[in-house]
Amino acid sequence: MNRRNFLQNSALTTVGSLLIPDFLKAYRVAYDRVAYDERNQLGLGPTTDNVLVVVQLSGGNDGLNTVVPFRNDIYYRERPRLAIQPDSVLKISDELGFNPALEKLKTLYDEGHVTVINNVGYPNPDRSHFRSMDIWHTASESNQYLNSGWVGRYLDTRCNGSCAPYNALEVDDTLSLALKGAHVKGMAVQNPEKLYNQTQNRFYQQLAQTNHAEFAEVAHDPFARDPVDYLYKTLSETLSSAEYIYSKSKVFRSSVSYPESELGRRMKTVAELISSGVATNVYYVSLSGFDTHVNQANQQERLLRQYAEAMHAFVNDMKQNGQMKRVKILTFSEFGRRVKQNASNGTDHGTANNAFLIGEKGRGVLNEGPDLTNLDEGDLKYSVDFRRLYASLLDDWLGMPSAPILGKKFEKLTI
Amino acid sequence: MTQPTKIQHLFWRAGFGASPQEVQMASKSSITQLVDQLVQDAQESLPLTHETASEPGFNRKALRDIVAGRNQLPADEKRQMLKDLIKENRGKTGDLNYQWLTRMGEGKSALREKMTLFWHGHFACRVLNPAFVQQQNNVLRQHALGKFGDLLLAVSRDPAMLQFLNNQQNKKKSPNENFAREVMELFTLGRGNHTERDIKEAARAFTGWGFNPLTGEAVFRQNQHDEDPKMVFGKTGNFKGEDVISMILERPETSRFVVTKIYRYFVNDTPDPQRVGELAQRFRRTDYDITDLMRAIFTADWFYEPGNVGVKIKSPVELLAGLQRSFGVDYGGKQAVLAIQKALDQVLFYPPNVAGWPGGRAWIDSSSLLLRMKLPEIVLHSVQINFKAKDDGDMNTEHLSKPSGKFMNSSVDWSAFEAAFAGLQGQALFDALSGHLLQRPLAPAQRELILKKVRENPLRDLTLALLTLPEYQVC
Repeated sequence: MNRRNFLQNSALTTVGSLLIPDFLKAYRVAYDRVAYDERNQLGLGPTTDNVLVVVQLSGGNDGLNTVVPFRNDIYYRERPRLAIQPDSVLKISDELGFNPALEKLKTLYDEGHVTVINNVGYPNPDRSHFRSMDIWHTASESNQYLNSGWVGRYLDTRCNGSCAPYNALEVDDTLSLALKGAHVKGMAVQNPEKLYNQTQNRFYQQLAQTNHAEFAEVAHDPFARDPVDYLYKTLSETLSSAEYIYSKSKVFRSSVSYPESELGRRMKTVAELISSGVATNVYYVSLSGFDTHVNQANQQERLLRQYAEAMHAFVNDMKQNGQMKRVKILTFSEFGRRVKQNASNGTDHGTANNAFLIGEKGRGVLNEGPDLTNLDEGDLKYSVDFRRLYASLLDDWLGMPSAPILGKKFEKLTI
Repeated sequence: MTQPTKIQHLFWRAGFGASPQEVQMASKSSITQLVDQLVQDAQESLPLTHETASEPGFNRKALRDIVAGRNQLPADEKRQMLKDLIKENRGKTGDLNYQWLTRMGEGKSALREKMTLFWHGHFACRVLNPAFVQQQNNVLRQHALGKFGDLLLAVSRDPAMLQFLNNQQNKKKSPNENFAREVMELFTLGRGNHTERDIKEAARAFTGWGFNPLTGEAVFRQNQHDEDPKMVFGKTGNFKGEDVISMILERPETSRFVVTKIYRYFVNDTPDPQRVGELAQRFRRTDYDITDLMRAIFTADWFYEPGNVGVKIKSPVELLAGLQRSFGVDYGGKQAVLAIQKALDQVLFYPPNVAGWPGGRAWIDSSSLLLRMKLPEIVLHSVQINFKAKDDGDMNTEHLSKPSGKFMNSSVDWSAFEAAFAGLQGQALFDALSGHLLQRPLAPAQRELILKKVRENPLRDLTLALLTLPEYQVC
């Protein structure tokens, strides 16, 4: 941060600053909405108050039984016991239909909110959960190992090294790699009140205010910030962010009824934070359990129903509160599953998969459904690199140039 | 810098810290003597042993065969049996994790265990078969302080690595480049020091390198090996895998790459190019003698310069092992320890990818820092853990985030710790404790704040307050 920015930021110092010791002032940014708006006026970014909610389906959701190619003979031949019969799918085109458990998503589809993107994947697909998830989180090539995530690098780019952690929030107890930048990291908040109570530890507060560097006998490399400084900076930011999020979240209580599921609770938290006007541009939420090697049907339907009901409640909430125009939801899974069912009425790890975007204006089925006649060792071939989705969302929704974040330019989709 | 701080610096970096008694004992010796002692204590390689993990054939296929052999059972019972066996298998990797972690915390053969942990991150690998997990870990341990060339060759013949990097599928007719690529890119030369052609040709040299899945023995499948000439690093010959490994070791980039990584891990996240250059030359000159390299680092004056002390963020495993080491903690079982490793992003035997744990600041975010600061209290007071590690959706790691890790059944041997500080009070007690527990000096304002935390038991209250400080997170 140069001297000019430093002065501008200092001028914006507000409520949260009570917790920030002097030596950290240089790192800090605006901590509440007023300052957030002022930052915009001063052209310090962010340039948008659009919100992206990423919903991750962990374990590899079976895309073929999510968006069913109900006219495809190969599908029915390869899945004698798992295929969903044409009369029960919820048709969204002449070829494709939703799993019946996605009834509430179909409602959103009919209301024009949903975009279905088929055959999303990446070159040289990896069929291991953790590796493929790593690739989705870091937006790397499949033979490249990155230590930072794409949302994290969005924070890096946007904030030039000084951003509040709550600018990207994961509703969970631990933070995913996707939200860890090289310099700035997002924040994990399962429940704003619990986090607040956890940080209302007097000793932590006092520690954060104490100037630990006063008595520094350690000779530091002037170019590398000392790790202890970094720990104190993280502590201060955590305490003030927890305070900020909690105080903001009290402003608004959702009156929409959400399903009694973990995902329902999490989406409700996201909705309340959005409606409260918290300065968060990206939310990250996961739903796990899609690794359906055995007896897939019941388990997948249960999860898809949870997903669809939570999305439906969330979208209604956003609409009721006039927020829908600034919200988009991206749903993905780390891979799809093998076309042919296995011997245990389940499916094994596959490759390309469908992804959903939900927003004020959806575009229906964006591209052609999967080609089951042209497989790669029994798996679907991708036609849309997932990073094109990221690029479109970064450039056109979050207003941040995607190339520096993704390492290169990807052809955008019209979303 | 005080002599105890220097000694603790050595013990933290070359091992997992030390008890106050050990530091007192060590203060009678010179640094060179202490390093000699560390090397001496690490002479013997004590393998991890799990009574059944070492049984040959303990993989998925073998499990299926066991189940298939029970003809009298109905199908659904067979399915359940297979499920139980797979679960048991996973449990064994957890047992090995716990066995290794507590080994680190006991401090036996500290330098060898620390090097093994380093190599585990360097030759990062994940496999499901606990017998292979154990075998690989013991291979790393056996060669941890020997010649890097021997280690590299042993890892290249290790079933877990060959399986993880798909060399079982590397055949003359359809070469698989994964193994050759990672050997060059992540284990030896580093990115940018080889060409795509080198990888393709080297992969051909490794064709036929496989293992017997039932016994875990390395096998060379002559009929799958490509005998034709290959061109690697501009040289042409009928190279075999061993030749490629020798050629890799001849290149100075290999020494520089490995030494840079060791320097970052053991000295400072920011490498000093000149020192790394000197060490790399020495490493190559000594035919990649790891013990010699570590001795050179630990006896160098610059290793003890203030800019290198208290500047490494402890990894979650170092944090857990370090608490055990300082306080004689008994974690009382694997569940809570696994859950903490998972929540803090370092589960032994589950590195994030073949590039290993990134380390440094990557360990720290809002939630991990809060948990890390709370950890000493969780361990020393056996308190409830109120978090749930994320379920990453993989059936095979599901058990790590099960809420069964909710309670810590740890016990602490306070008597030994307290004995070391007997008779000390007030400022003197504070100085002795902070000097022992922290590798960084405290500001007067911090000291004042911590002294206020004293209630009934000054030693324990001060200890807990000091362990809560961000300064305890570094060594």
